[in-house]
Amino acid sequence: MNRSPYISEAPSVGNLMLKVLLALVPGIIAYVWVFGGGVLVTIALATATALAAEAAMLKIRKRPIQPFLLDFSAVVTAWLLALSLPPLAPWWVVVVGTLFAIVIAKQLYGGLGYNPFNPAMIGYAVLLISFPAIMTKWPAALELAQYKLSFADQLHYIFGGLLPDQVKIDAVTSATPLDYLKTQLTLKHKVANIKEAPLFGALGGKGGEYVTMAYLLGGIYLWQQKIITWHLPTAFLGALALIASVFWLVNPAHFASPLFHLFSGASMLATFFIITDPVSGPTTSKGKLYFAAGIAIITYLIRVYGGYPDGVAFAVIFMNICVPLIDAHTQPRVFGHQK
Amino acid sequence: MNALVNFTGLLKKTGIFKFHGGVHPPENKAQSTQLPIGHLSLPAKIVLPLRQHVGNIPKIKVAVGDKVLKGQLIAEAEGMVSAAIHATTSGTISAIADAIIPHPSGLPDHCITITPDGKDAWITRQPTDWRNTDRKNLVASLRLSGIVGLGGATFPTQVKLRADGRSGVHTLIINAAECEPYITCDDMLMRERAGEIIKGIAIAQYLLGAENVIVGIEDNKPEAAAAMQAAVTSAMQVKIVPTLYPSGDARRLVHLVLGTEIPHDKRSTEVGLQVFNVATVLALYRYFELGEPSIVRIVSMTGNVQTPQNFEVLFGTPLTHLVAAAGGAKPQTTHYIMGGPMMGFDLPTDDVPITKAANCIIAASPNLFAPPPAPMPCIRCARCADACPVNLQPQDLYWFAKADNFEKARDYKLFDCIECGACSYVCPSNIPLVQYYRYAKSEIIAIDKAHEAADIARERNDFRIARVEREKQERAAKHAERAQNAKTAPALDTNSHAGAGDASVTDDAAKAAKQAAIAAAIERAKAAKAAAAASGGAPKNVAETSKEVQAEIAEIDARRKNAAIGQNHSSAGLEANNHAAPSDAALTTPVADAEKQAKIAAAIARAKAAKATAEAAKKKD
Repeated sequence: MNRSPYISEAPSVGNLMLKVLLALVPGIIAYVWVFGGGVLVTIALATATALAAEAAMLKIRKRPIQPFLLDFSAVVTAWLLALSLPPLAPWWVVVVGTLFAIVIAKQLYGGLGYNPFNPAMIGYAVLLISFPAIMTKWPAALELAQYKLSFADQLHYIFGGLLPDQVKIDAVTSATPLDYLKTQLTLKHKVANIKEAPLFGALGGKGGEYVTMAYLLGGIYLWQQKIITWHLPTAFLGALALIASVFWLVNPAHFASPLFHLFSGASMLATFFIITDPVSGPTTSKGKLYFAAGIAIITYLIRVYGGYPDGVAFAVIFMNICVPLIDAHTQPRVFGHQK
Repeated sequence: MNALVNFTGLLKKTGIFKFHGGVHPPENKAQSTQLPIGHLSLPAKIVLPLRQHVGNIPKIKVAVGDKVLKGQLIAEAEGMVSAAIHATTSGTISAIADAIIPHPSGLPDHCITITPDGKDAWITRQPTDWRNTDRKNLVASLRLSGIVGLGGATFPTQVKLRADGRSGVHTLIINAAECEPYITCDDMLMRERAGEIIKGIAIAQYLLGAENVIVGIEDNKPEAAAAMQAAVTSAMQVKIVPTLYPSGDARRLVHLVLGTEIPHDKRSTEVGLQVFNVATVLALYRYFELGEPSIVRIVSMTGNVQTPQNFEVLFGTPLTHLVAAAGGAKPQTTHYIMGGPMMGFDLPTDDVPITKAANCIIAASPNLFAPPPAPMPCIRCARCADACPVNLQPQDLYWFAKADNFEKARDYKLFDCIECGACSYVCPSNIPLVQYYRYAKSEIIAIDKAHEAADIARERNDFRIARVEREKQERAAKHAERAQNAKTAPALDTNSHAGAGDASVTDDAAKAAKQAAIAAAIERAKAAKAAAAASGGAPKNVAETSKEVQAEIAEIDARRKNAAIGQNHSSAGLEANNHAAPSDAALTTPVADAEKQAKIAAAIARAKAAKATAEAAKKKD
């Protein structure tokens, strides 16, 4: 029988996913440091929901449960969704979003390898459309908050919706920098003045920018481990910087700088962890460039002209739709063939 | 640090054109290069499969009981692509029967078994003064050499050299890359016999009329490269290529050393290149300068054996004999693999002979080659695409092969796949990709063959229909001619047709009836032909047939009426009587009228046929 090759150097799918989780750890640490431990609760909740939903669906679909739980793809989805949600989102929001991501966006399409859309982004989009008030209510970075919630306070709020006595919700939440910028621009303020608000840091939002830098660190690790190639991050950051530069150069009073866009919102998380989902992305090198650039441009347009403060989720879903088209039209030249 | 070393190494290797992808598996070559090439004792039996090469099975020239000498031709090449088989030692032909051969199928095939007499006595070896012999004669004599590509492809060498003396090959590339892990037979051959290889290269160069020679060696064989470098003549160039599997694939190697991409639909000779393996040119040297046909090769015996080593092995030597020479298999050896770990295959049993294709035998154990984990779904990570040396999209080809979407697989250049296994090697989902491609290829080939057979059958049927139609028309024309003759020369006609039992046909009415029938038949044939032409030769449809039937009915009516008048004189009348009651009017109609009616019937048939043709033409629009 011919079953060569007999050797393999490939890490298993589970191994790849574990490395992705490991690469997220610096970002999570920064997150906890900036916003408090509540996000750990969200992550744990999402992970438990994802694994339970995955196991239940595999059982219903009569698929082996253990190998598919141990591929850790459900955990990656859970973590990415949890890190996209406001850290003080009520527990049921986390559960609903995760269930939607795993059951509908992933398992109903055939499970690992068959989902046309990024499950975490589907979960996020569903929550954003269904519960816009909750989804846009972000806690202030601890150093900026009028009242610093303890871990116990955060637990209370996540599971019971209760804040400590005498503490108003406005004392612990604030607009995100992208949101604030958008609102202030509609009030005809200039970018330079808006950015004098305490909310802004050197690059993006105060505090938040550390988290994005930690994601960047994790992303470099993924690239070094050859889990991702340079194509997607380079094209995404390049296209985002380019389009932001064009607008900014034309009218710096009305448009934020490219650096601000690169280090705000979900830019870095998307660059290295969301748009790099292989299943729902293109496979050709050239296709990856188009895909990532497309996400960057749509994200920018939603941020500047759209109804939502950040647009990564919708941009990713839109470009997911285009993947078959992109793949078909970016086939590389095969050895010995003319183009 | 490693990267730095590689970088400086690459700087030294100027003029190297890297191909896309490739992988670098652990080499595992050191184990079998510790000892020089070893020699085996004569085995107790020699089993020579007739199928040791690509192409036709050679024709057996010996019978059981025959005494043969070492180097004696025992099966001769048959057809264009075939290779001869020689006795690899002296002895007696003890069997010509099926035996298991070293092939992935594990099926038995024709083999000639020799019981050695222990003398190992040669035939008279006749060296050739090749420098002073016409190339054509030399190439022709290669048919008797049994030499095939010893790199593993086993393509008969005379076919690759078969040229009219104007091959157009300007560059000969010697494949000494030996890129697969574990295999070291070419490495050891170059270390020990570089001088002979160079002589072989000179012969191949002469046969091809090639001006340039480039020897491509991977940089993990410095000893071999040094030996070759020391032995080459000024007209030859040794190029060191980076160690990257599959650099030993001919098209990849050509690209590495020349930067030339051989077009997918062309052979290397069409772009002036030819590629030979080092062991093959050594065989050329031995054939022409020593008069020895191809009876031996170097085999790497490695893996889970006591002392891995390369051996010079006579074709037909039992595998067990080779294993024993390497100190025997270590415990936990499960089976043997022929070839390397990337493209080799499991031998069905250890009771198989060493053949021309056997460059390496690896004793396999679970420690060396762990059974692959269960495959997971493809996650489209495209690592395979990054590794593919042909720049294919293995993940797409897998998807198409799995879905039996063969047309798409072909569109995505499935047939450019060289089955090197680099894609499977890097697949995190452990998908046996190459097996899917082999499956899809074989299915497509089978479908193509079936299509071809169907095309031939359809063509044959079309011919048959045309022939039947032609014969019908010819018959009708002949009848018409005969009737014409009868009319103009009634006396003669009577005499000449007497033998046909038609003596009574002197009656005018009967003659007229016959003519009418003939006219109708001709019209019918014409109408059918026109209809067929109008409908583009497609099978006649029901509507047309019914028109024809109508025409036929009219014609029969006409015949019947005439026959009624002619009473029992003609066969037409009999037929009419058998078929239906005679028409009342016909009984009293005079002869002239009968003739007229027949003409009218024929005209109606003609008109109907014309209408049918017009309809058919309209339908076609």
